[in-house]
Amino acid sequence: MPLFNARVQVSLRPSVLDPAGEATRAAAARLGVEGVKRLRIGKAIELDLEAPDRATAQARLELLSDRLLANPVIEDWSLDLSDAG
Amino acid sequence: MTVGIVVFPGSNCDRDVAWALEGCLGIPVRFLWHEERDLSGLEAVVLPGGFSYGDYLRCGAIARFAPVLEEVRSFAERGGPVLGICNGFQVLTEMGLLPGALTRNRDLHFLCQNSELEVQPGACRWLGTYGAGERISLPIAHGEGRYQVEPEELQRLEDQGCVVLRYVANPNGSRGDVAGLTDPMGRVLGLMPHPERACDPITGGLDGRRLLTSLLG
Repeated sequence: MPLFNARVQVSLRPSVLDPAGEATRAAAARLGVEGVKRLRIGKAIELDLEAPDRATAQARLELLSDRLLANPVIEDWSLDLSDAG
Repeated sequence: MTVGIVVFPGSNCDRDVAWALEGCLGIPVRFLWHEERDLSGLEAVVLPGGFSYGDYLRCGAIARFAPVLEEVRSFAERGGPVLGICNGFQVLTEMGLLPGALTRNRDLHFLCQNSELEVQPGACRWLGTYGAGERISLPIAHGEGRYQVEPEELQRLEDQGCVVLRYVANPNGSRGDVAGLTDPMGRVLGLMPHPERACDPITGGLDGRRLLTSLLG
């Protein structure tokens, strides 16, 4: 069965306050890195998935992203799917 | 003979350390707010446990940039004893004063229990009163205490006598059963267990007393 690689990027929705991101932005300035205007912390989830075809893989990953990996109340997600080499 | 105790926003064992040192052992302490730069008159500095800056990003990652730590780094470089407990140990690794990193416990649980430890004084100057292999019992309380380091680096640490405290029964998956680590000069000690919680007879266990007392030689 074909193997697919996927990368799901989970980000806080823009309206949600990200204190961890703000604290990290402040630390960037203390490190001496100037000009960081926005810093938001999300998650990147990498996974390998077996599926009969690409469309099925896409459907499974969308379900997984929307119902488990991200909480759509506070988070957006995006999916990057590729055929395993 | 005063010991400085660093206080970050989110530290929560600073007062426990003060009670252990001053209340139980009669050693005067001075709190050092994270923006403090004056370490004059201090014989030793303790980085206490807690959740500095909310432990955002990684435990100790933001604390590393606190102004007080620039002074603590110079203090250590001048040979001053620096003790990092729990979150303080995590901060020391993020600062690069000790190698490796502390990550989520193997079984993902926050562990709050007594822990038997084997002391190997090795390079650590102030553990010299302990015999090699001596066992003590100290409480641990952490979610991220699993010591991580590359195998070659761990071997180097072993060879240099830097692994000074080991878990007898490894609770968190730490490489090499590492519970506490010193630098090759023996002036910086980081450990996950809490010696300050084993100093008052009311709360049980007194094995922390000798460790804290020996901080001052």
